[in-house]
Amino acid sequence: MSSMTSHPAVAAGVNKQASALPTIRIEPMRGGIDLRLGELWRYRELLYFFVWRDVKVRYKQTAIGVLWVILQPLLSMLVFTLFFGRLAKLPSQGLPYPVFYFAALVPWLYFSMALVSVTNIVVDNQRVITKVYFPRLILPVSAALSGLVDFAIGFVVLVIFTVSYGIRPGPYVLLLPLFLVLAFLTVLGIGLWLSALNALYRDVRYLIPFIVQFWMLASPVAYPSSIVPERYRWLYGLNPMAGVIDGFRWALTGRGQAPSTVLIASTAMVVVAVFGGLIFFNRMEGSIADRV
Amino acid sequence: MSATVIQASGLSKRYERGATDSSSLLRDKLARAVRTPWKAWSGNKKETFWALKDVSMDVREGEVLGLIGRNGSGKTTLLKILSRITRPTAGWATLHGRVGSLLEVGTGFHPELTGRENTYLSGAILGMSKQEITRKFDEIVAFAELEDFIDTAVKHYSSGMYVRLAFAVAAHLEPEILLVDEVLAVGDIKFQKKCLGKLGDVARAGRTIILVSHQLNQIRRLCHRTMWVDAGTLRQAGPTPEVVSAYESAMSSTDGADLPGRNSFSLKARFTHWEILEPSGDSPHTLASHSPVKIRFHLEVRQPIRNSQQGIALYNVDRQLMWATAAQDISFEPGFHYLDYDFPSLPLRPGAYSWQVSIWEHEVQVELWDAVPDLIIAAQNHQHWRDEWNGVLNIPSSFSTSLRKG
Repeated sequence: MSSMTSHPAVAAGVNKQASALPTIRIEPMRGGIDLRLGELWRYRELLYFFVWRDVKVRYKQTAIGVLWVILQPLLSMLVFTLFFGRLAKLPSQGLPYPVFYFAALVPWLYFSMALVSVTNIVVDNQRVITKVYFPRLILPVSAALSGLVDFAIGFVVLVIFTVSYGIRPGPYVLLLPLFLVLAFLTVLGIGLWLSALNALYRDVRYLIPFIVQFWMLASPVAYPSSIVPERYRWLYGLNPMAGVIDGFRWALTGRGQAPSTVLIASTAMVVVAVFGGLIFFNRMEGSIADRV
Repeated sequence: MSATVIQASGLSKRYERGATDSSSLLRDKLARAVRTPWKAWSGNKKETFWALKDVSMDVREGEVLGLIGRNGSGKTTLLKILSRITRPTAGWATLHGRVGSLLEVGTGFHPELTGRENTYLSGAILGMSKQEITRKFDEIVAFAELEDFIDTAVKHYSSGMYVRLAFAVAAHLEPEILLVDEVLAVGDIKFQKKCLGKLGDVARAGRTIILVSHQLNQIRRLCHRTMWVDAGTLRQAGPTPEVVSAYESAMSSTDGADLPGRNSFSLKARFTHWEILEPSGDSPHTLASHSPVKIRFHLEVRQPIRNSQQGIALYNVDRQLMWATAAQDISFEPGFHYLDYDFPSLPLRPGAYSWQVSIWEHEVQVELWDAVPDLIIAAQNHQHWRDEWNGVLNIPSSFSTSLRKG
């Protein structure tokens, strides 16, 4: 009160500044659908820090770090080539087995590992969640993003590998980022559901290995999607990873299943999963801090 | 008159009792959905309680507001609602300005990362921009006195170093509104003072602070106005000296029969107050060292008591029993008595604790007192730097390793 009488100019200045500050409104949960994506943008720096932390810690903890990221798809590829390729003689759309499997394993391993970390990220960060506010959506998004670093390393190896087999990527290779975006959105769309459920129910964590294993068998990793009869392709495509892996192989090598019914069904499915996931996660967000 | 920066009306929060029961298994929920599909997803009736009920408040720009009350009275819930960690069940609040909350020390710290990396990470989580952290970085490191160790992984820090860095980051937060919960009760007393000083600077810079503390001295020193929260409702609000005195006298009054702490079974005797005799410090209820301790309880006896037992117990904030003992066959003549307890040290982790003392005569309770104010342990923490490995005991230890010869 005294400040206003003695220094009216200063007080006015302070008030002017105050009006430029953000206003935060706190209310009980309501029924409407507000995804608050604008808030995510305002907190983008924190998003960056979470991704940075994940990547940093991951590479500090494993002694062989980068080597492990390369070895994982490489060793899987060798096993797949031996058993599914040489012994079971599954079709490979005219591609050498190693390239056929490697091109699928790189996006698949991104999906499976990122899905696990997105599922666990809310529970793993419960201490922070109960002590400070930030849009909770940052956590699953950061987990889906930080998996892309491993993906990038695997991808470089994949390109070297493909070229060394004498396969020259055609112009379709420019479409690769699109399939990567589709993979990222699949991780996010499914992960949002699972991470919220994981925070609410303690047993979701144990379901994840089964989901991932089941999902791989339902995706064209070990076999081409062309073995699925034409009239059931759209149904098969409802698994978004079918569209991602098909597209990835095709864009990189120019051979194999060009995007078709499968891709359309996959894209539609991803859109539904992401929107549904965002709504579900936002609705559950309010009670997560009370439950974890 | 300066502008209102926090305005709240009718804030209430209802919790479910025992939220981690069997219903937190998805398996059970699905099984119920199969058996009784119409019931499973509707809210099944659980026992609920109001942690906060109809609290309204106005806080003006530059004001430092104290929040006091017994453990479990709803102070932390109120702070969590204002910092948006949890949503109210009813009511609303409006805050003008950026809000920073300090509900624990070292929020977001990761043991594998270095001091430098953690400064950025924790700073960002607490609401600072990268640019802001870079600008204040040297200041933060100097404040923590960790210049030589800033590029060492935090897992190699001593607990003292860890707490200093965590505090230093927090102390350099400069949001318009700062919400602080009891965090100043940890760390050694010298560093605590440094932090209090810094907090005072922040307040003088015209920022608004809400401070929860059990240390009434801190509240007196820092807060212009104080709110007393009792059983989830606002019991009294006003200038700090008035509210704190009212709180203190209610906590130790004989007429406080309505208070949960007091069960007067007879008028034969009553405990009036307690203090730490040794070591003598700033506050008679704050213990800041691991040295020998002498605790004194004051007992007023009105009628002779024969062959009585005297019990004492020490509880932590979660009402977990830390220690207890009892003495037999004591007789008291009318008058004022001292009951002294000597301890070689009280090796407890920093925080608030409460004494419970009682007198029994032939198995009949004469007096039972949940002593107020709380005992505050502010000694240096000698525990693991990760909270989940912090136990109840806080024992200074040293470690060495050697190779067995031969």
